[in-house]
Amino acid sequence: MRIFLAKRVFTLILTLLVATLVVFVVLEILPGDPASVMLGINAETETLNALREELGLNRPVWVRYTHWVADLITGNLGISYTYDVPVSELILSRLTVSFPLALLAMTLSTLIAIPLGILAASNHNKPMDFLVMSFSQIGIAIPNFWFAMLLTLLFSVTLRLLPAGGFAGWDAGIGPVLKSFLLPTIALALPQAAILARVTRSALLEVLQEDFIRTARAKGITNQGALWKHALRNALIPVVTIMGLQFSFLLAGTIIIENVFYLPGIGRLIFQAISQRDLIVVKNLVILLAGAVIVINFMVDLLYAVIDPRLRGGQDV
Amino acid sequence: MFRTLVEILRHGLKNRSFIIGGSISLLFFLVAFLSYFWTPYPVEDINIADKLLLPSAEYLLGTDHFGRDILSMLIKGAGNSVIVAFVAIGIGIGCGVPLGLTAAAKKGWMDELIMRFNDFTFAFPSLISAIMITAILGPGSINSIIAIGIFNIPVFARVARGAALSIWKREFILAARSAGKGRFKISVEHILPNISSMLIVQTTIQFALGILAEAGLSYLGLGTQPPMPSWGKMLNEAQTFMNFAPQLAIYPGLAIALTVMGLNLFGDGLRDVLDPKLRRSR
Repeated sequence: MRIFLAKRVFTLILTLLVATLVVFVVLEILPGDPASVMLGINAETETLNALREELGLNRPVWVRYTHWVADLITGNLGISYTYDVPVSELILSRLTVSFPLALLAMTLSTLIAIPLGILAASNHNKPMDFLVMSFSQIGIAIPNFWFAMLLTLLFSVTLRLLPAGGFAGWDAGIGPVLKSFLLPTIALALPQAAILARVTRSALLEVLQEDFIRTARAKGITNQGALWKHALRNALIPVVTIMGLQFSFLLAGTIIIENVFYLPGIGRLIFQAISQRDLIVVKNLVILLAGAVIVINFMVDLLYAVIDPRLRGGQDV
Repeated sequence: MFRTLVEILRHGLKNRSFIIGGSISLLFFLVAFLSYFWTPYPVEDINIADKLLLPSAEYLLGTDHFGRDILSMLIKGAGNSVIVAFVAIGIGIGCGVPLGLTAAAKKGWMDELIMRFNDFTFAFPSLISAIMITAILGPGSINSIIAIGIFNIPVFARVARGAALSIWKREFILAARSAGKGRFKISVEHILPNISSMLIVQTTIQFALGILAEAGLSYLGLGTQPPMPSWGKMLNEAQTFMNFAPQLAIYPGLAIALTVMGLNLFGDGLRDVLDPKLRRSR
């Protein structure tokens, strides 16, 4: 296990480093002069020079890169060009919207998906199974932003029960916050739940065909008993893995949904930064998002090895 | 080749998912093909006098806020989706399959390197790649194609590698090796034809995902730009008029959902037909 862990940690660090290199090359080297990208083609030479000085663009490329990586490690992400506040502060304040939203969506999708998957598997090839699988097919096919629009159309435009968008702010109290989170959470959670329910069902069906289930059945345990007592725990291994891998979809989903509901989270911030050509914010946000996906995938790998000892040998997981 | 197709169709026509999904997919591709030659009205024509009309005999699905015919825009949008998804799949297959085949054939450090590259590419979901590209180049369809294409590479590499590894263990490969054939020749002549059914099924899944991703990127303004209509962009514009023209928010979404569902069902059906062993666990 120790060798496996060391190997994985080494890969994690290497992957993170390569990610910083890619982001740096794409956002700082390929555009030629980041200062003119930020200020536009009509910028005065003096202003451009001042910005180049401020961003340290006159230094050699490798110095800029190593300084940026060092800054990333210490959390010093520079000052946003348009907001004029430290980028780390900006990101932290937006995370107070994005993080709870993602967490709520993940919780809701799990609460919907696992019972539905169990229901479908325990009624294999019966009408209930067909119903759940139909829900899953529809849920996978519906784009989350369209689903979000349909929810707004029903609950905000027609019934006028919930706000169509915007965020009341944490100072307004938990009630208004939950109200502004309700529709975005549902819009994010349902497509995820559709995939997860499908995975839960097929994982359960696969385990139910294993020999140890037949042995349990031979000992007199009922089909349902075997499912709840033996199959479920084993089926959860692939389910947990998929939940981890779904993280990148959740991340992308959060970015889109925040824009549908005008929620001031990371997703909104990145689009505002793009339209304002604030490359400092874009660069740091992109590496933060990619880094989050890399770290989560690493944790899924570890979790997988903890659950299934056969994978610790160092084979490809 | 022709015989294989007839065989697939013969089995497929007994499969419900294959028939329903195949019909929807076929309809989608026909409409997309049609869009390159004909639409009921030109989609660039702005006619403010006819704006936000409800469906009628003249405009079957009504008009948008510029008085453009919704049906024509939907047809053109299908053509746009197909182009983006198609080229992105091409990038995925063109780069991913050779990578996967090489990893399976060479094994060792080469395999490790390719698989780590794969893991790395997974860290950049198409949305994040598109954001980076847009930040320096500005928005456009090419963005969507590159971003979705890049994300397709590790998917195809993984599928190709996994399938190829199991074929390499078969006896006929051993026979080919003892006949003196090299790894490259075996990969092209024996492995590739044997993993093609897996690749075809994956193609239908990635096509559906590509259409969803293109719609998402266009909705956010990172993908296809006006005057070229796209389903995602249409939904974005519809959001502004949701209070008094909610129908605008319905059609493009339905088009996306129906197409994606059709392609997914077709993929499921095709998998059943091509690989009967999988039928049991699904």
